[in-house]
Amino acid sequence: MLHPDRDPSDRSPQAPLPPTIARRSRRLATACASVLAATACGGSELVASGPVTLTLVTHESFTVSDGIFDSFTAETGITVEVVGAGDAGEIVSRAVLSKGQPEGDVLFGIDNTFLQRGLDAEIFLAYESPMLASVPEALQLDPEHRVTPIDYGDVCVNYWIDALPGDPPTTLDDLAEPELASSFVTQNPETSSPGFAFLLATIARYGEDGWENYWQRLADGGVTVEAGWEGAYYGQFVAGGGDKALVTSYASSPVAEVVFADPPVDVAPTGVLTDSCFRQIEFAGILDGTEHAEQAGALIDFLLSEEFQADIPLNMFVVPANAEVELPPEFVEHGVTVENPLTLTPQEIEEHRSAWTERWTDIVLR
Amino acid sequence: MDRHRPSLTGIRSAAPPTLALAFLGALVVWPIVAILVRSLGGVGSPRLAEILGRDAVWSVAGFTVFQAALSTVMTLALGFPVALGLARYELPGRRLIRSLVVVPFVLPTVVVAASFRAVFGAFGVFEQSLFAILAAHVFFNLAVVVRVLGGAWSRIDARQADAARVLGASSWQTFRRVTFPVLRGPLAASATIVFLFCFTSYGVILMLGGPTRATLETEIQRYAVFRQEFDVAAVLALLQMCVVALLAIAAGRWQRRAPAAGLSSARTLRRRRLPIDSGPSRVLGVMVLVIVGVVIVLPMVALVERSLRVGDGHGFDHFVRLAERSDVLPVSPLRALLHSLAFASVAAAIAVACAVVTARSIARGGRLGRLVGLVSLVPLGVSAVTLGFGYLVGFARFDLRRSLWLIPAAHAVIGLPFVLATIMPAITSIPERLRQAAAGLGASPREVTRRIERPIVRRAVLSGAGFAVAVSVGEFGATSFLARGASGFTAPLAVFRLLSRPGDTLRGQALALSVIIGLIVGSLALVLDRVGEAE
Repeated sequence: MLHPDRDPSDRSPQAPLPPTIARRSRRLATACASVLAATACGGSELVASGPVTLTLVTHESFTVSDGIFDSFTAETGITVEVVGAGDAGEIVSRAVLSKGQPEGDVLFGIDNTFLQRGLDAEIFLAYESPMLASVPEALQLDPEHRVTPIDYGDVCVNYWIDALPGDPPTTLDDLAEPELASSFVTQNPETSSPGFAFLLATIARYGEDGWENYWQRLADGGVTVEAGWEGAYYGQFVAGGGDKALVTSYASSPVAEVVFADPPVDVAPTGVLTDSCFRQIEFAGILDGTEHAEQAGALIDFLLSEEFQADIPLNMFVVPANAEVELPPEFVEHGVTVENPLTLTPQEIEEHRSAWTERWTDIVLR
Repeated sequence: MDRHRPSLTGIRSAAPPTLALAFLGALVVWPIVAILVRSLGGVGSPRLAEILGRDAVWSVAGFTVFQAALSTVMTLALGFPVALGLARYELPGRRLIRSLVVVPFVLPTVVVAASFRAVFGAFGVFEQSLFAILAAHVFFNLAVVVRVLGGAWSRIDARQADAARVLGASSWQTFRRVTFPVLRGPLAASATIVFLFCFTSYGVILMLGGPTRATLETEIQRYAVFRQEFDVAAVLALLQMCVVALLAIAAGRWQRRAPAAGLSSARTLRRRRLPIDSGPSRVLGVMVLVIVGVVIVLPMVALVERSLRVGDGHGFDHFVRLAERSDVLPVSPLRALLHSLAFASVAAAIAVACAVVTARSIARGGRLGRLVGLVSLVPLGVSAVTLGFGYLVGFARFDLRRSLWLIPAAHAVIGLPFVLATIMPAITSIPERLRQAAAGLGASPREVTRRIERPIVRRAVLSGAGFAVAVSVGEFGATSFLARGASGFTAPLAVFRLLSRPGDTLRGQALALSVIIGLIVGSLALVLDRVGEAE
């Protein structure tokens, strides 16, 4: 069996070796290059460096309109190849496992619930995009700019308007009332991204001292737990023929219910409990080990450009990070604006992830 | 030139199984070793002892083996009468049933779980439960027993049994002493495959077992992806491999005690199937129809009905839309299906070629072939995460990680044990003396293959090819771990993606695409069966 010549950095994360001279000098070169690019500012130099293909590594929920990168290629000479696999958690695992020998040049789709893990593993190269001027401060979670916010969305409890036993709930507390808790289906936080986000929402709302009690009330009230979003939304929720009136989904789900309705409808059949929303922010970062750090920066800029940002909502059903980009009419009409979403810092999430989900499992599943 | 010089023949017969072994070494052994080394590299023995000392690890391992064993017993119990009925009796719709049982293989778990809920929920027997897991495992695996065991059964020379009867043996004695020993090999092979399939099943456990049930497979995913404790995941992966090894050894021993040449060649085989005329045969016929009807057909009918639901009525709207790309997919569902079929053709070709050379080597008592047979079980018994992350780490330096060839190659590896089990009985049924006689009469090795082996194994090879196609078209786990662009997007991935966002049209398309996948693979199995039988 052939044994590949392994890079020293390709060792276990427990015992990282110091970077070799070669790696150091490459980093230096990269740094110089990005300084040059920043000062000289422009696509003309990039074209001069010959045709480059960048690989954008992402999760499988990534979709864009056909030809979205054409104008970028025309302007810079850089071709973009998109490869996707797995969910937001999996792409971080992949990036950490292939540290130093990344699968591509830019990673898109690491969110704030996994961000700290990526930062701790030092898989990104810092790059401060000039486009950040158009991005709200609240989305820029990494002051060192190792990652750049591209879009955000909220995980919220949805309800099927016609199936509620009474008035729609307006607060998280309402949800814990027995008649609502018993018709609420959510997801296991360890196997589902929205399930984890909803657990974080309750922790952000009730704090370290109160969230366990809240879940005890949900459990006593008879909340149902599914492994994944599909099983909850299409298995248990009214939308798929189930009998649960409330489900953990996204703030944009009512928009999708209208856009993909069959036959077409004017009003969404579902509503959003805005008090329950946890904000997920998706970031892109340049992967350490790329040979095209300079061009990768140009791609990050493009991801924040008006053209790309405007393409995001109806493809991925999330909101562009660039505040200057207008939302499509479907979002304005059928979506909800979440004024004060719940949130926790990436550090808090990373530090307590296992402890929180273990406690959750004890309370809800045992 | 003397073609029969032993050294030359030796090289000639050793080269193909060596190639097969090299293929498995590159696509199974190397990636697994790479990911285990990467994950356990700096881990000390105190940490390992701590992980292995956790009660949770052992209770999860226990439940994994328990549910897999129970699923295997149930699949064998229900598959046995179906295999017997189809192999030995002139059942109405025999070919259709043989093809129908293959269809579950390609149906995405997400869709099957929903169908099971629809069907059995209506009878009020369905909660998230162990029962639900078992029922789904039988649904997915019945084909293995029916095709592997049934295929071997239909090759048994009826004259031996007739002779036993004439000599005064009861039909039970005849079965126990004459028929059953011959079936040992195929029985062990199908039981092993079913067990490993259930041992590593992921979607079924999560979706039908409910949130409180965990197996080694679901735990590996949890530790490797959600918690990113790669060392724990690696230890669990090693436990999986221990079980695979133990099982392979046990099955190998049990198989070896089987008589060497109990099966007859096709030329001397009495293909005549018995008519359904006696009381017991009628009972058997009814059993076959009930089992297939309830376990296989009912959930499929539910799926088809739901795929046709449009608003408040029914229609083909979702099917018509399959050619359009909706926003959530990189390519249209139809395009994804074409990708799947292309991958499946390549995967089936590789799997069949590997299986044929391996089976021939095993039949001649070759150790290499037996080794290939053992290693081929590994991908079934290790988690998709292990294999997927193994490719990620192991192929980092070869620039193979994003190669499209990786998809059909992985599919071929996963399909290999199914093909091998299907064609093994046919290849061993060729008496060695037949080959020797032909060679003695001056036939070249090539002529022996063409004139003697090929007609006998043709049907089994076609049946195995159908299996490999089904495995490839339906494969989700490993594929989902391979990074790929739009050209690597397959039909099961499309179904999964369509179901990951609200909206009736998306769900409708997911169900319609599932029906089309099932239809294509079912008809292919039917055609291959027909071609195989027409001699």
